[in-house]
Amino acid sequence: MASHSESIIREPLITGKNITYAQITNEVLLPVENKPNKAWWIGFTVASLGAMLWVVSISLTFWYGLGEWGLNKTVGWAWDITGFVWWVGIGHAGTLISAVLLLFRQNWRNSINRSAEAMTIFAVVCAATYIVAHMGRPWLAYFTLPLPNQYVLWVNWNSALMMDVFAISTYFSVSLVFWYTGLLPDIASIRDRAVPGLRRRIYSILSFGWTGSVKTWQRFETVSLILAGISTPLVLSVHTIVSFDFATSLEPGWHTTIFPPYFVAGAIFSGFAMVQTLLLVTRKVLGLENYITMFHIESMNKIITLTGSIVGVAYITEFFIAWYSGVEYEQYAFINRATGPYWWAYWSMMSCNVISPQLFWFKKLRTSIPFSWALSIVVNIGMWFERFVIIVTSLHRDYIPSSWVMFYPSWVDVGVFVGSIGLFFTMFLLFIRFLPSVAMAEVKLLLKTSSEQAKKKLIDGGHLDPEHVKDYTDALKKYDSVDLADYETIK
Amino acid sequence: MSSTKFILGHFDDPDDMMHGIEKLQKNSIPIYDVYTPMPIHGIEAKLGIKDSRLGYAAFCFGCLGASVIFSIVYYTLVHDWPMNIGGKPNFPMPVFVPFTFEWTILWTAFGMVFTFFAATHLFPGRAPRVMDLRATDDRFIIAVDAKGNIPHDDITNLLKEAGAVEIKHNERKYVSYE
Repeated sequence: MASHSESIIREPLITGKNITYAQITNEVLLPVENKPNKAWWIGFTVASLGAMLWVVSISLTFWYGLGEWGLNKTVGWAWDITGFVWWVGIGHAGTLISAVLLLFRQNWRNSINRSAEAMTIFAVVCAATYIVAHMGRPWLAYFTLPLPNQYVLWVNWNSALMMDVFAISTYFSVSLVFWYTGLLPDIASIRDRAVPGLRRRIYSILSFGWTGSVKTWQRFETVSLILAGISTPLVLSVHTIVSFDFATSLEPGWHTTIFPPYFVAGAIFSGFAMVQTLLLVTRKVLGLENYITMFHIESMNKIITLTGSIVGVAYITEFFIAWYSGVEYEQYAFINRATGPYWWAYWSMMSCNVISPQLFWFKKLRTSIPFSWALSIVVNIGMWFERFVIIVTSLHRDYIPSSWVMFYPSWVDVGVFVGSIGLFFTMFLLFIRFLPSVAMAEVKLLLKTSSEQAKKKLIDGGHLDPEHVKDYTDALKKYDSVDLADYETIK
Repeated sequence: MSSTKFILGHFDDPDDMMHGIEKLQKNSIPIYDVYTPMPIHGIEAKLGIKDSRLGYAAFCFGCLGASVIFSIVYYTLVHDWPMNIGGKPNFPMPVFVPFTFEWTILWTAFGMVFTFFAATHLFPGRAPRVMDLRATDDRFIIAVDAKGNIPHDDITNLLKEAGAVEIKHNERKYVSYE
């Protein structure tokens, strides 16, 4: 049969009473089929002002060159690469949710994968702009490709930067394909509900003529599964290769073998924080509380705690290995990080990334929406500082004390970074305005098995272990979208 | 002779629809196709649809991508212009790993997805051949070709018995041609 009833001890993934398939479509498409509300316009105005700042700062960089940034001869990489690694890291959560959680059959991914994948794509776009911008002469970006040229010289395949070109471009394009393929059935829903006209015409083109026949769905599911299977190692490889940019150098503080796993954990950590930042607002503004429930929020918070702890262990291991290696330069790099002129950056990183996520061990805190949101921002700040600490504090004092300097960002540095956040939010807001922010087809799959109403029916039907029922109703208490009065009569 | 071309059984529940398929099959009524707003697990077996072979396509494209990039790196780094970089070997295998890995994935993904689009006739701008507009929203639709000797009323009754909420006798195959 198409559906089995799921065990009562599993918490519901869709809450609400009498939800129908049509209602899911209506609620998810509400922002797409109607004029945007005031909250959207305010957000969009602020975000596009930010994006404008980005355009100005990037234009200045292109016009006058990298002298516009605060770089000096000792610190030749600073805010640009910090921003790049930060954005790529944020992107990782989308792929993790859409691919890894699919392989593990974590059904709670179904209602958050769409927006998380969109977030991935926009974050990688932001990251890619940093790569191009920091080249100095961006019109020569094609030098990174192995093209025949008049110097009869090929690219340097030995360089980790070359690997990065391949990793980031593959990651971006595969994520885009994964996301768009998943969007097809939902775009077809918009198309079939639209009145004839330009709007329907556009969505019709975008839907590739999707009909939802048996064979299409069968192939679609095969494609999704294989894409998930190949995206899982891909996402792990991307941040591994990003970490090679540092790990393959001879710079104290960078030249460590712990970097690949530590970067990947950090990436997932910051990515989930960004998903949390976006979704907690989105679910409220778009009224998606029934689909993105407290269970989703709590699960993501648990992942944040786990990856935050991994990152914490990595920080401490790095310190230990620096001491244990007996290499003076390595030891100094770490002492300098913690007690040198950038101590405040180091301790911001430590408190935001290692200490603060541990607060999620308290159930009260990890099920509190305002607290989760605030903490997601803290984690994002902490992860930005992590990259800043790794990059700037390692570079500013390395082997030759006569070259030791401080790094001060110029306003263009700040403009590019703040602007890229604006750019990111502009793209995200356009996405929720024009495309379904929840994968409707996948959420509909859960309605008959994992929804609150299906489980209520099971309870009402009797034949359940009363202890299980009690566990279940206790679990419902944390939900903000469940009417507990319905469960008072059940004993 | 009625002008009905297709009979569509609308179900609002996937389990009822599966029941409908069984009923039709028991009465030897051929099913043209089934349109659903979400994937229905187990329906392929019921309708006798063979497993998708896209996995093989994906594997072949992956191998192709790996070979292509390996050849490019080998040609440029080892054959065409071997460079002495600090006396290191000219054929450094570890360097090949990330490139080969990335392009295996890239070609698998694109090769497979484009094969999927081609096999399913999906491309931007294709006129959607939709039999009923609610099939992408909340209705699970069994389409039966009305040609043949079976009286249409029998089909209608069977679908109704199975729990169809609406039955349509369509004179046009597709409702969505623009």
